[in-house]
Amino acid sequence: MKPRPFDYVQPDTVDEALALLAEHGDEARILAGGQSLIPMLNLRLIEAAVLIDISRIAELDTIRSDGGVLEVGAAVTQNKLLAWPNLARESALLAAGLPLVGHFQTRNKGTVCGSIAHADPSSELPLLLAMYAGEVVLRAQRGTRAVPAKDFHKDMLTTAREPDELIVAVRFPERPRERVAFREIARRHGDFAIIAVAAAAGANGAVTLGVGGMAGRPVTRAVAAHDAASAADAIGQWAEEIKGYDDLHASAAMRRDMFRKLAANVVAEVAQ
Amino acid sequence: MRAVKRDQKTRIALTLNGRKLAAEAEPRLLLSDFLRHGLGATGTHVGCEHGVCGACTVLVDGVAVRSCLTLAVQAEGREVRTVESLAAPDGALNPLQAAFRDHHALQCGFCTPGILMSFTDFLARTPHPSEAQIREVLSGHLCRCTGYANIVEAIKEVASSSHAPRSEG
Repeated sequence: MKPRPFDYVQPDTVDEALALLAEHGDEARILAGGQSLIPMLNLRLIEAAVLIDISRIAELDTIRSDGGVLEVGAAVTQNKLLAWPNLARESALLAAGLPLVGHFQTRNKGTVCGSIAHADPSSELPLLLAMYAGEVVLRAQRGTRAVPAKDFHKDMLTTAREPDELIVAVRFPERPRERVAFREIARRHGDFAIIAVAAAAGANGAVTLGVGGMAGRPVTRAVAAHDAASAADAIGQWAEEIKGYDDLHASAAMRRDMFRKLAANVVAEVAQ
Repeated sequence: MRAVKRDQKTRIALTLNGRKLAAEAEPRLLLSDFLRHGLGATGTHVGCEHGVCGACTVLVDGVAVRSCLTLAVQAEGREVRTVESLAAPDGALNPLQAAFRDHHALQCGFCTPGILMSFTDFLARTPHPSEAQIREVLSGHLCRCTGYANIVEAIKEVASSSHAPRSEG
């Protein structure tokens, strides 16, 4: 289908974009890569009075590694981050999870920040942000704030962003020498995951486990992984606590079952 | 700052397959429809219009993207390549197209333009891919008649006959 009519504005600077957001508020939608927004507009699931296209704002198309933090600007595509030279060494979990985001063709245009802004509960980038305990940098004319991942993602498609705020970047603390695993179950490779599971083990052996697609937002927890039996107990108990939800693709019970098996696999992959 | 009202048409100039062209469009027009109806380049096919089927894939500044998930106005000043650019002016197929014919990698041909453009980008970046990499990129396309085995074979043939240096992994 075709989208309903909208006004289109292409600001050249962040300041111009912020002025437009201050003027239009929640009547406006930010267009970056458009790989989540344009399908929803085409399917007429949403409509917008104004689209503010930030994809050509040069100051947002930057990746910086500074003081142990990887900062990814709002116009940076998923494939551009995937090609970042130090990604596999400094941020191995991002390198493991990003290839599962959409398809090669959508990663060429889809942005890292856009996927986080969209906040689909089973999509990979919100889970990755939660696993890194990263933060989202929000800017408005009245000021700039950095919101931790756990406060940014509130529920399904719901975030802490105010209508006049622009996500200018997301920050992932770098974690060299981490052992990582990222697995998901999808109907077809590249489709939205039914559930996605990530695990990371630091130098001290502590294992963090995270899951998307079980709750309205990604959740993470430290799990004891001394041996397979205690890990399975911890995972089983957590599965009952998060419960999961029913949708077209899977019942909550099936989600719990998938989670127990997939989580045991990723914990075994990173534990030594 | 470019601003276009919803029912206002704006002039969009771009380079299509090496030719500088322009036409008018309103903001909501998708690049896929602009190519077909505005510029008359009907080689690009329109399938699902929500980014799933891959039939409309074109190159924008050398990179494979869904033209149905791109607004025409976003293509201003860009270099767009479509399937019409692949064959020689006399109609001779390029190596990727010839391999598709030789391997019966197309039947109705609806999905083919998008697949050819995806692999034009991918093989330029990754001249010697593994079969798993080929299948990963092909997963961004739906084909409902030949299935995928012959498409993979066609791409493997082009990849193995390429003289480009071998990349790692």
